[in-house]
Amino acid sequence: MATRLQFENNCEVGVFSKLTNAYCLVAIGGSENFYSAFESELADVIPIVKTSLGGTRIIGRLCAGNKNGLLVPHTTTDQELQHLRNSLPDSVVVQRIEERLSALGNCIACNDHVALAHTDLDKETEEIIADVLGVEVFRQTIAGNILVGSNCALSNRGGIVHPHTSVEDLDELSTLLQVPLVAGTVNRGSEVIGAGMTVNDWTAFCGSDTTATELSVIDSIFKLREAQPSSIVDEMRKSLIDTYV
Amino acid sequence: MSALMDQDSSGMFKVQQTIGSVVCCKCGVPMPPNAANMCVNCLRSEFDITEGLQKSIQIFYCPECGCYLQPPKTWIKAQWESRDLLSFCIKRLKNLNKVRLKNAEFVWTEPHSKRIKVKLTVQAEVLNGAVLEQSYPVEYTVRDNLCESCSRFQANPDQWVASVQLRQHVSHRRSFFYLEQLILRHDAASRAVRIKQVHQGIDFFFGNKSHADSFVEFLSKVVPIEYRQDKQLVSHDVKSSLYNYKYTYSVKICPICREDLICLPSKVSSSLGNLGPLVVCTKVSDRITLLDPRTLRCAFLDASQYWRSGFRSALTSRQLVKYSVFYVEPPVGEATVGGQKYALSYVLIARESDIGKMLTVQTHLGHILKTGDQALGYDIYGANVNDDEMDEYRLHGRLPEAILIKKCYDKERERKKGKPRAFTTKKLPMEMDESRGGRGVDPGKMENEYEEFLRDLEENPELRFNISLYKNKNYQESDETASMTDGEGAPTVPIEELLAELELSEEGEGDGEDDMDE
Repeated sequence: MATRLQFENNCEVGVFSKLTNAYCLVAIGGSENFYSAFESELADVIPIVKTSLGGTRIIGRLCAGNKNGLLVPHTTTDQELQHLRNSLPDSVVVQRIEERLSALGNCIACNDHVALAHTDLDKETEEIIADVLGVEVFRQTIAGNILVGSNCALSNRGGIVHPHTSVEDLDELSTLLQVPLVAGTVNRGSEVIGAGMTVNDWTAFCGSDTTATELSVIDSIFKLREAQPSSIVDEMRKSLIDTYV
Repeated sequence: MSALMDQDSSGMFKVQQTIGSVVCCKCGVPMPPNAANMCVNCLRSEFDITEGLQKSIQIFYCPECGCYLQPPKTWIKAQWESRDLLSFCIKRLKNLNKVRLKNAEFVWTEPHSKRIKVKLTVQAEVLNGAVLEQSYPVEYTVRDNLCESCSRFQANPDQWVASVQLRQHVSHRRSFFYLEQLILRHDAASRAVRIKQVHQGIDFFFGNKSHADSFVEFLSKVVPIEYRQDKQLVSHDVKSSLYNYKYTYSVKICPICREDLICLPSKVSSSLGNLGPLVVCTKVSDRITLLDPRTLRCAFLDASQYWRSGFRSALTSRQLVKYSVFYVEPPVGEATVGGQKYALSYVLIARESDIGKMLTVQTHLGHILKTGDQALGYDIYGANVNDDEMDEYRLHGRLPEAILIKKCYDKERERKKGKPRAFTTKKLPMEMDESRGGRGVDPGKMENEYEEFLRDLEENPELRFNISLYKNKNYQESDETASMTDGEGAPTVPIEELLAELELSEEGEGDGEDDMDE
């Protein structure tokens, strides 16, 4: 079930948090409300780690990870790196990358099996991604935009991409990623999906501006409702592209 | 994958892009993606771009002249549901510069309902660059309000602010006929409130001092005038020191006319290089052209030069008498003066009333006179002139016996008697001055003078230059050609110079050609 929340009156939840199937990172904020929202959903299941990266709070856009590993940019300090290594489970490999494009969260969109990467990423980085995260890497653009991490939100069960993505692109991406995709918006018509929400296999968090319609789209594409009344699926069928290969 | 591949001009394969559809973030209806990612209805319900725009407004209309008020003081003439009215209505709306106006049109309302409805379509940017278009009606309430000039006119229809009193102290009205045609041609008196004909002149009344000013300037360009301006206090606002005046211009036209014989005073004669002393006035425009018939020399006097000496003519066109020409000697000299050719020669003439007495005189009309012609001229020998200088010259025997002025076409005109002319002229709307009894204008005399004026026009192409003559609808061409076979006819206005009357009808306009090339 998707939850609506705000970080210090800002609806861009995906900027200040990173959610995977094995852990959750949140930024250090002024009030504890953000943290408690995550806690109430995820407390006993996965560890929730409060951190900063390179002294900044925009951790969601700086790092990229899945249940196998976490990649952080070269701006991360040693203390932060150590803190992360300590707090995260041992199965998660934390690796710092030397890469010119340091906002890894904007450049890489990944789930546990496959990742989309910025077209200008180094060859080395691509290898590291494949190695650490254990995924197959595809260099792609979404709706003509090279920042794939910001323009899509991806989980193992589905994904939402930028609303201006054409039908052919959607087909192609869906085939690559092997998950159903839909072009949609979040936060009352915002096109930057990756920054507006964060998702894993059983839960999602979006900004409080998200309308009920958007929320229902999120719920259905990421299959967050176990028992789906079929009428909603039928209603949504026109706007959904269900291409399983 | 079944993407369609096209080949474009550069040789690269380009995948065809079909726009997908997303769900409106508010209402869930599928729609193509746009900048706001909301469907049009949701956008409209969210943002009202017509907020803060005027939807109803009052405008003032003058029922007398059909004008609408643009505050503070301008009145704009516009027809019901015309483009002018539409642009006026839109201008009256405030705040319309915040949105972009795409379209405006009238919605039909009953003409007597005193309401005008305009439907405006505006575009404005909302949210992230999405442009929203919306149309809305604006209602105008029309209130009747007489404009200033109409109310002033209603209060006192004879009201004028400036008047021009045009006078010429001569016994005929030829100059005024010519001036009338000039005024019509140049539309100089279009703003006159009233035009009144008086003895030896015309009065023009204007609603505005500047109109009178421009009229006097126009006059100074076409005839030599002298004028003075006076004003009379009508009312006085003490508190704001505003004075209301009535202005009067007294304009005098120089009394020298065409074809007048003038005996120049010795001072003037010597200042013009010993011209004359007898000279003929050949043309009056903004300058007087004086021609010495014996030497074919010409002089020009403009208004200020004339009024310095202020001489009067010795003999005017009333005193022209008919002469028969018996013999014309070949010309001894020729000259072209002011575009007109003259030839100096000796002729043998005799007065019609006194055929026995033959005179040999010098004349400047050698180029047009032939044996057997008739001519009009002044009989200086027999004339009784009240002129001191002329008496002096007569004493010394230095005056010619007669001076011919122009050729006479009376015989040719006999043939055309009773037949209408090829052209007509328009007239100014003048009131006659009834009040003065004996000194009023005699209508019979006016008719004769007007007939002579029209004859003058026919004979002199240079006179016709600045005036408009219109085709006479009643005139039949066949009459003209019949008389033409009898040899040389009287001079007439060639048909190319005539304008057809402008008839404004529903189907179109019938405007004739105008070839005024001399």
